[in-house]
Formats: sequence, structure tokens, C-alpha cells
Amino acid sequence: MEYEVVIGLEVHVQVRTKSKIFTSVGVGFGQDPNTLTDPVVLGFPGALPVINREAVEKSVKVGMLLESTIPEITKWDRKNYFYPDSPKNYQISQFDQPICEGGKVEIELPGPSRNIMGEHMWVELTRAHLEEDVGKLNHFDSDSLVDYNRAGTPLLEIVTEPVLHTPDEAWAYLNALRNLMIYGDISDCDMEKGQMRCDANISIRPVGQKELGVKVEIKNMNSISGVRNGLAYEIQRQIQTAKAGGAIHQETRGWDAAKNVSYHMRFKEESHDYRYFPDPDLMPVRIDDAWRERVEGTIPERPFDRQRRYYEDYDLPFTVTSVLIPDPELCAFFEEAAEASGEAQQSANWIVNNLLGELGNAGLTLADSKVTPAHIAELVGLIKEGAISKNIAKEQIFGDMFENGNMPAAIVEAKGLKQSNDTGELEPVCQEVIDANPGPVAEIQGGNDKAINFLKGQVMKATRGKANPSLVDQVLKELIDKKG
Amino acid sequence: MADDLHFKTLTELQSLLSSGDMSSVELTQALINRKEAVDPQVQAFNSLNTEGALAEAEAADQRRAAGEIKGPLDGIPIGLKDVISVKDRPLTCSSKMLEDFVSPYDATSTAKLKHAGAVLFGRLNMDEFAMGSSTENSAFKTTFNPWDLERVAGGSSGGSAAAVSAGSVPVSLGSDTGGSIRQPASFCGVVGMKPTYGRVSRFGLVAYASSLDQIGPFGRSVKDVASVLQAIAGHDPKDSTSIEQDVPDYSAAVASSKGPWKLGVPKEYFGEGLDPEVKESVQKAIDWYADQGCEIQEVSMPNMNLAVATYYIIATAEASSNLARFDGVRYTHRSKEIENAIDLYFKSRAEGFGDEVKLRIILGTYVLSSGYYDAYYLRAQKVRTLIRQDFMKAYEQVDALLTPTSPFVSFKAGEKNEDPLAMYLSDIYTISANLAGIPGLSLPCGLNSEGLPIGLQILGKPFGEADLLAIGNAYEEAHDHSNQHPKL
Repeated sequence: MEYEVVIGLEVHVQVRTKSKIFTSVGVGFGQDPNTLTDPVVLGFPGALPVINREAVEKSVKVGMLLESTIPEITKWDRKNYFYPDSPKNYQISQFDQPICEGGKVEIELPGPSRNIMGEHMWVELTRAHLEEDVGKLNHFDSDSLVDYNRAGTPLLEIVTEPVLHTPDEAWAYLNALRNLMIYGDISDCDMEKGQMRCDANISIRPVGQKELGVKVEIKNMNSISGVRNGLAYEIQRQIQTAKAGGAIHQETRGWDAAKNVSYHMRFKEESHDYRYFPDPDLMPVRIDDAWRERVEGTIPERPFDRQRRYYEDYDLPFTVTSVLIPDPELCAFFEEAAEASGEAQQSANWIVNNLLGELGNAGLTLADSKVTPAHIAELVGLIKEGAISKNIAKEQIFGDMFENGNMPAAIVEAKGLKQSNDTGELEPVCQEVIDANPGPVAEIQGGNDKAINFLKGQVMKATRGKANPSLVDQVLKELIDKKG
Repeated sequence: MADDLHFKTLTELQSLLSSGDMSSVELTQALINRKEAVDPQVQAFNSLNTEGALAEAEAADQRRAAGEIKGPLDGIPIGLKDVISVKDRPLTCSSKMLEDFVSPYDATSTAKLKHAGAVLFGRLNMDEFAMGSSTENSAFKTTFNPWDLERVAGGSSGGSAAAVSAGSVPVSLGSDTGGSIRQPASFCGVVGMKPTYGRVSRFGLVAYASSLDQIGPFGRSVKDVASVLQAIAGHDPKDSTSIEQDVPDYSAAVASSKGPWKLGVPKEYFGEGLDPEVKESVQKAIDWYADQGCEIQEVSMPNMNLAVATYYIIATAEASSNLARFDGVRYTHRSKEIENAIDLYFKSRAEGFGDEVKLRIILGTYVLSSGYYDAYYLRAQKVRTLIRQDFMKAYEQVDALLTPTSPFVSFKAGEKNEDPLAMYLSDIYTISANLAGIPGLSLPCGLNSEGLPIGLQILGKPFGEADLLAIGNAYEEAHDHSNQHPKL
């Protein structure tokens, strides 16, 4: 029997704000335990929550990026359950009036090879709701300790419809979502730091069956590739179980990335009745038109729209855009260089092939770079006007520029690298090379055009690279013709 | 002079302070002495930091000497129900759960009282987590009625009412979720007010039922209550349910507004279960208003019979969630018999909470449970809207309503312990105001044949505190009830 896989994802994204969702204490990661707390965070008797409007505003922004409907009124509910990482033993969340309803995310599936763009499709969303993050438990031999620093960090839970069918689609969705969050300045979505977390609901059904199969929830997949691996494993497990005539149980399973297996955590019967009810400490929030318009004005171009623009306006190939697009700062860098030089493709090539390579080798990021868009633009300009060759730029200028931040024109000047464009200067050198290499000359005369490259190389060597390669080509051909 | 200080009103004490006839230290010391003399019988106090109070009084005297007094409450001792946070002071809620808890911050009301220069004078006993009507549910002690030490002070703010009644402190703060200020005020023969929901910040008030709780003052006169309300009322950015509305000058309103008013008498408040002597006293008060030229009009509150049931669904639902934080993990009582995480919760909560609190948590958990939510919680919220509409409709015709505060006078300790329903009915006339969010004032309107105080309740429009105080003050000034004191 053939099976169809149905996957829905619940992704938690920490919304970057200055302070926590219900109090003025700051948000952070890696601080000493229990230093980012106050009576509200710790759920002390009498403490009351007050909604952080920045968290609401950023959630509205996310809703717009996800093309969700943003209802005029949104409200908060209490989700009641006991767990030591939850200071109040209820989580302030949203039950029936989430801040974002519906929505969709454009994704790009992996292509047939790394250099070829994959198919694009849209993933439908159910909703996104805003809630508070909980603390973190640290287990020791005989004790467990709680760190409440994370508690109260604004957290958006973004839920897809059950519309994904493969681990690759899930992987592509998470990448697309992460890029959107990065573009919107919502989160870096670093899963290792818990900025993005993903739970998956997965079921299989015989192809053609309408009803969904028994749903299994997978937790603890701590990276985007971990989600892909976890889903691939679970699909195999369910199909094998079904084919062997076994039953798939409604359960929650954990993903063990080290062992590459999922393991049973709990059955559905053990699940909670959360006893949701509207939080009487918080008033509903109205998101009026003026507020909406203000947020609308901050919505950036979406990653795939930018990719299409780069293709349409600059004819940039997928190999280049696939590197640029995930990093909005790199894109801004590129656009500045392209604007200044008027040479988008050349600028992009220098950035992607040379700058990123050097940064990678040096273990640096773009923010550390001494090379600015102005450097790239000037370098591309010097090559375009024939002042230097690409080779000279690569071999003798870029490294200096990268190490010291000197402008390329200044380096050319200081090192005397200006390309020779004077035919009168070139002719004697070319003649010498022709005279010294009768073999290749004969080959050229015999019709092997490629043999000229050897002669060119010799001329470049003699001029220490400063000769304009196309001019050398021209002079050599003329002299050989004359000789012929 | 010190001997006769303890029944003086706030207004009288203020003039003694400003004339220099008495210092705040003298007053505070006199009250410490009074408390030491009478509280062993009344048991209104959970704790009293005498050194701290005297130091604050000393600072107030210095301000006065330097001509820098902060206002009418400067140097005046005030007692706080043990459910309102004071920084670095115990906050027990009369529960074993918080027996050793010290709050790290000030409630907004506390901060405002400090700002006004008041001397924080002790923590007052209450029903555990404000759940009860007699202060018998305190984990530490029962507070007795100063008028008859075999009887209860009422509740849940029994300590706050009894301390004022017994002369241990001139004014105090309580909290009112279903009548917890007005009913003990009535039982103890003092004035008590529950303000409009959102008038006084709840920040730092340990929540029982968040949508019903409201802090309010007790005093020996309506004017005293107005003075304290003035100090604590107003919008607080730390409480999202506090409302941005200007605070009128209550004392000025009390002094200037003399009526006549249009007053409503809701017939449902005078039916079965009302003690005849209470009925007679309240009727006399109504007649007095009529004699002053007030138009008295019978009105109807058709949904009032649903109020108690509605209250016990909403209040317990919220309580079951609010009290979940008391779990043995951080600052509460923690059982010593812990083997695992489940024990930590089960045993700490089993040992830390008293029976009434457990009963209400179980009830609240039940009404919020999947499958029951619509039938109980959601329906109760709808009834709540109907009850509010009943009031709003009445207020289209009248300025305020006159009712008994409680159907009966203070009962004997232990009398209603075995019958929770009988106990719950003592709040039958007060609960609706909390459900509707409207203000209510209770003031003495006489003693019954056994010499026990009877309370008149005046219910007002949202943010109509100034009217209520004026209406109450007019009656009080024409009668001698507030000058009667228990013989302790």
C-alpha cells in the first residue's frame, strides 16, 4: 500500500523586544541565572502583568509578513498547568482571539542540485498567537534548579495547517520563515539559543483516504536539519509500523539527534486539560487603523520578492542570489555597491566569491569587514575602465583592501599597478615574445587560435600583469598577421 | 489624653496633630498600648512592627516640625489587611502557605500611603486568601467582634474592621471581593467602602478573584473613609484594570453635597432571610432620607437571586488559577516529606492551604474544566452582564440604592462553620456590587436589641464614590451611631 504523509508544524519564535512581555525587566540570553527577574516574572503574590506594546506591534508586523488577517481586537487567556518552569503555573497565552489569523508563507524546495533553484510553493497557516515564554529547568544528580531568565520573553507560536507532505517541505518552510523573521527584525531564529523552536504533528494515511491518520507529535528537534531528520525517521517508523500491521498510537515523541531516533514521551490520555479562560488581569487590545498603517510602513521587501527583483533587474543567477538573499545586511551591502558602481553582476561576484571567502577564512562577519560597498564599487570601476585587470585586482589589490581597508585606487597608485593601454609601449614587448616563440606562432598561423593564450601569458609576465589583456590580444594578432 | 485617643476620628486626630497638642509618636504609642490591651481578646492583628511604626511616626513629627507635612494622612497610623504588600514586610494572607513570606515590593496602595506620610500600623487578620465571611478561616486565629467577643468580626477583612472598631487603629485598608469590606464593617459598627472596580490599583493586592477584588478603606466616620480613599485612588500603569479617570476631591464633595437625592430601594433586598431587626433599622434610615426630602423609589433587581451562584463560579474559577502559583517551588511553604516533583506540589499544597481554600480551588477547577466551561463559567459571565444591566437600569431612575449590608448581625463563632451555604448567604446583599463593578458603602445605622451593630449599605453608580460618601455623611451627621463604641 502507498501512504501519504501529512505534516503540520508549530513553530515558536521569540520576538525581540527591549523588555519582557508583561513587565519592564530586560530580555537576554546567557546571563547569570535568575538575574532577569522581578516580582511579575517570578509570579510573586500581588504582582500584575502589563502588556508590552512593542511585543504586540512586532506580532502585528509578523502577521503582515505572513499575510495573516489581524483582527481589530486581540485578547489574552490563561493556559493552566503545573510545571516548575512556569512561575504562575499558568501561561498567559491566546486561545480564541489570536493576534494573527490565517496567513501563508512562500517556500523554496531544494533544487535538483545546489546550483539550481527549486520549486516554489505556498504553505497555509492556521494562526499565530502571542504568549510568554517559560523558565528553564536544569537537572542535577538529586536536584533540579530553575532559571527564570527566559520566563516572560515574548513568544509567537506560528501554526501551519496540515499541508506539508515531506521533510524537505518542512525544512524549506522553516528556512523561509526564518528568513522572514530576520528580514522583519523579529528574531535571528537561532534554534541553538532557543530563539526558534519547532514541534511537528505527523500522520500517514493510505493514498486516496480523506480522513487524517493518527497524529504523532514530535518535540525537541533543535535545528532545522534536525526537523528534517526527525520527520524522515518518523515517516519511516510509521510506514513500517503500518505495513507490519501494527497500530500507530496518538502520542508525543521526542527526537534524539545524537542517536537519530525518536522516543516515546507520553500518550494523549496523559495530556492536560488546560482550562483556558480570559485573563482577568489584562484588557483586550485594540489594533486600530492608525497603528496598522504605521506598522505597514515598516514592512520590508520579502526575501523571495527580492530574489525575483535581483533576477529581473540585475540578471543575477541563482548561485549568487541564494547566497545573498538569506542575509539582508549582505543584500544591502550589495545594493549599495551595485548602485555606486553601476555594475550589479560584477559587484555581486566580488562580494560573493571574494569578500565572503576572505571573511570566512578569517573567521569574520560582514560587520567586521574593512571592505565597504565603496571599495567594491571603486574596484569594479577600475576594472571596467581598464585601469587594472581582474587578475591584478584579485592578486594584488583585494588582499590589501581586505587587510588594511585601503581604497583600491590608492593601492593601484602606491604599488604602480596601473594597466598599460599604450599600443606603442606594448608593440616591442609583443614583438619580442613572437620572435622568441616561433612554435606557437606557427600554430596560430596554422589556424589554432587558442595558442595565442600562451603568447598573451608571456606578454603579461613581461609586463608584470599591467598590460590590458584585450589590448595585448589585439596587438599580438596584428603583428602575427603582418608577419604572415 | 492618651487614654481617650483610641476612639477619635481621623479628622479629630488630624486637628490634634496640627495644633501641636499631640505628636504622631504619642498617638502611635497610645495605639500600641491600646492594641496590647485589647488585641489579646479581639485578635485583629497578625503582626505589628512597633519599632518601625514609631520610627515612621518620628519622621512624620520631624516633617511637621519642619513645616513639610505631606497631607492629611501624615503621621496617622493605618492598618493594612495582610493581603496588601509592604516592601520587606511579611505578607501572610493568614495562610500557612505564606507564613514565612516577606514581600520584596510595595503594593501601589502602600506606596501611596507612604507617599502621604501615613504610619503603617500592623498587618490585620483575615480569612485565608480573603476566602470567607467570618475571619474564622484564618490559619492563625479567629478575629472576634469587639462588641461581643463570642461573635465573629465578619470577613474576610475581619481584622481590618475589628481593629478600627476596637480602637487599635483609626483607619485601615481591606479588600472586598464579594462583601469582604462592607460585611465586617457592618458587623463591627464601622464605616467601610468598596470602590468602583478599577478605582484603586490592585497591584500588590494578593489576588483572590481578579475581576472582583478591590481595595478599600475602613474608618470611624464617612469623612475618614473619604480621606483614605483620596490617598489610594487613581490610575496605576502597573494595573491594566485600573481606569484612567480623574479622582474627585472626596472630602470637598462630602462637605458640599447635601442632596436631596433620588434613592432606590430594591425590593429583592428585603425578602426572605432578612432579620426583622435589621430590616427595621434599615427602614428607619430610608424613612429618614425621605423626611429630608429625598425621593424614595422602589426598584427591582430581577437577577439578584442568581448573584451568589454566579459569584461562586467566577470567583472560584479565577481563584483556582490565581492560587496555582503557591506550589512549594519558590517562596511558599514547602513540605518536608518530598520524594519527587509531584510530592512537591501535592504535599506542599495539602499542608499549606486550609479547607475553605481547597474547597474553592476544587470548585473553580471544576467549572473551568473542558466540557463544563460553557455550562458554568461562560453562563456565569452572561448572568454577570445581566446583573450589571439591572443596576444600570435602576441608575437611570435613581442616584443610589439603599439596602441592608448583611441579612443579619454578627453571629457566634463556630455557628455557621458546618454550613457553607448559610455562611455564603451573609454576603447575599454585597456580592452583586462586585459582579457589577459598582461602588458600595456600609455605615452603622443602629444597634439591635442585643446591642449588636447593624449596617446600612448604599450602592452607587460607577465612579459615584463622591455621591455615596455625601449620602452616607448626611445620615451619619444626623445620627449618633458612629459615636457608639464597644465596651472593651
